[in-house]
Amino acid sequence: MTTLPTPTQTQPATARYSAPNKNGLRVRNSLLTILTYLMAFVFFFPILWMLLAAFKTEAQAFATPPVFSFTPILDNFRTALTNYFPALAHSLIAALGSTALAFVLGLPAAFALAVYPTKRSRGVLTWMLSTKFMPAVGVIVPLFIIFKNLHLLDTLPGLILMYTTMNLPLVVWMMHSYMTEIPYAIYEAAKVDGANVSTEFFGIALPLSLPGISATALLAIIFAWNEVFFALNLTTSNAAPLSVFIGSFKTSEGLFWAQMSAAAALTVLPVMIFGWIAQRQLVRGLSFGAVK
Amino acid sequence: MTAQVQAQTMTAQAPPAQRGFRFSPSALILPALLYLILTTQVPFFITIYYSFLNYNLTIPGDHPFVGFSNYAGLLSDPQNFRVILNTLVLTAGTLIITLVLGGLLAMLLNRPFVGRALVRTILISSFLVMPVVTAVVWKNMLLNPVFGFLSWLVTQLGGVPVDWLAAHPMGSIIAMVSWEWTPFAMLILLTGLQSLPDDQIEAARLDGANPWQEFRHIVLPHWTQALEVVILLETISVLQVYGEIYASTSGGPGVATTNLPYFIYQKAFGEYNIGVASAAGVIAVVLTNVLAVFMLRLISRNVSSGGHA
Repeated sequence: MTTLPTPTQTQPATARYSAPNKNGLRVRNSLLTILTYLMAFVFFFPILWMLLAAFKTEAQAFATPPVFSFTPILDNFRTALTNYFPALAHSLIAALGSTALAFVLGLPAAFALAVYPTKRSRGVLTWMLSTKFMPAVGVIVPLFIIFKNLHLLDTLPGLILMYTTMNLPLVVWMMHSYMTEIPYAIYEAAKVDGANVSTEFFGIALPLSLPGISATALLAIIFAWNEVFFALNLTTSNAAPLSVFIGSFKTSEGLFWAQMSAAAALTVLPVMIFGWIAQRQLVRGLSFGAVK
Repeated sequence: MTAQVQAQTMTAQAPPAQRGFRFSPSALILPALLYLILTTQVPFFITIYYSFLNYNLTIPGDHPFVGFSNYAGLLSDPQNFRVILNTLVLTAGTLIITLVLGGLLAMLLNRPFVGRALVRTILISSFLVMPVVTAVVWKNMLLNPVFGFLSWLVTQLGGVPVDWLAAHPMGSIIAMVSWEWTPFAMLILLTGLQSLPDDQIEAARLDGANPWQEFRHIVLPHWTQALEVVILLETISVLQVYGEIYASTSGGPGVATTNLPYFIYQKAFGEYNIGVASAAGVIAVVLTNVLAVFMLRLISRNVSSGGHA
């Protein structure tokens, strides 16, 4: 065996790794798969437990030992919905309004930066992104005072203004990255046909980056929906979104777990479904295109 | 070809008077730019200004200029070091846990198995949960010493129920935040792994590399960029954790879980001490920006400088 010439000399190594391992490898693979399922279950458990509690009676929800089998009821959702509805409306308006405004401001900017780049484009893009890394605590005090003077405290326009700030860099950055992927030959052809800037924007850039627009919009909606800091500090009741509403459950010591769970489930599920839909684009959006 | 393209771009830019268009396309950037300046830079400069004032909303009258005394007060109170320490412990703890778990999950998901897409979908869920929901669900239904699920689990395993938020407040917060951010690390690291060509691993195996060598010499070097993204973005985000603390421990017991954002919230909206809250805000921005500079350098290194020219 050892005296054999070179071509087979690598064989011991190969053999050591594959031949005796055929069965072992299969076992190892199954074990790893089971471990994966197990970890996924553990990670999903808090959400599952909350979803289950939403269908329990209050007594079942905080029973010890925990109740695993029960007849599901819908009462909690009914009760939750009555209190929850204004907050839901505020969250929807704030998330959709800020996303729309961020696109109105961000799309033309992304287009100009992508199709008509200048020496300063890169700097502008990077600066815009840097505002995304500005901690909210660095601006909240003056904003609170300015909002108070302008009567924007506890109003939806006020909330939309700040959520737009949060999502605008994301929109510009993401849409810039999608628009640079449109082949330049398409613009070239249009220019030959006498297209001006606005036809390039509305006729080429917008329709061709539609998949990017929808993915970015989903992300922006998720971020605005889940935002907590501005919501808690700039609104109290008239414009309080879901994050403030759910926050009011923080002192409910074992009293309304089922109701709380129903409200939490209604709060979490819409964006969770959005996130599942957008998961292919999630990485790109979350890393600002650094990882695709 | 490229020359032609450039020439085309030039002609498109040069005569702006073509057809009623009197502005250069760069003007399209202005609304977004002005909006961001107005809502981020202007308030931040006011924050800096406030940080030099003795300014309390509950005290009417003048707000005298006091120089650096707000900063001096902040930095000389030993209790405030606890706040900085808490912020760093929370960030470092979360980072370590999410990197280990996220990396493990990424490697587990980077193999073919039944239900992979579903498992991936299930695993990203906790990242999409609103922080306040995480806090109220964990605080009540999982960590409650009497009725919580974890206490029941511990008793089943022969242990004694624990009042998690009282006994291990920072550990509990780290657990919550890690639960939210592990999917983020997993997703980015998984994407990083998927761009690793199979034949590289094959080649390593043929050369007799064991799994550790394979990880150390093939996977890890390939992962560098994804790891950098995870570390920087997560650090910047976790430094700003607020909702989880607000809705679970309110910074307590004592100041055990008060981080910098929560501290600023207490100073500004609990004590209405605008001057001190602003000074702490400036410190938070400086702290974050040190990291953000690295992040921006990293991101723009990997993104084309923009455009086709």
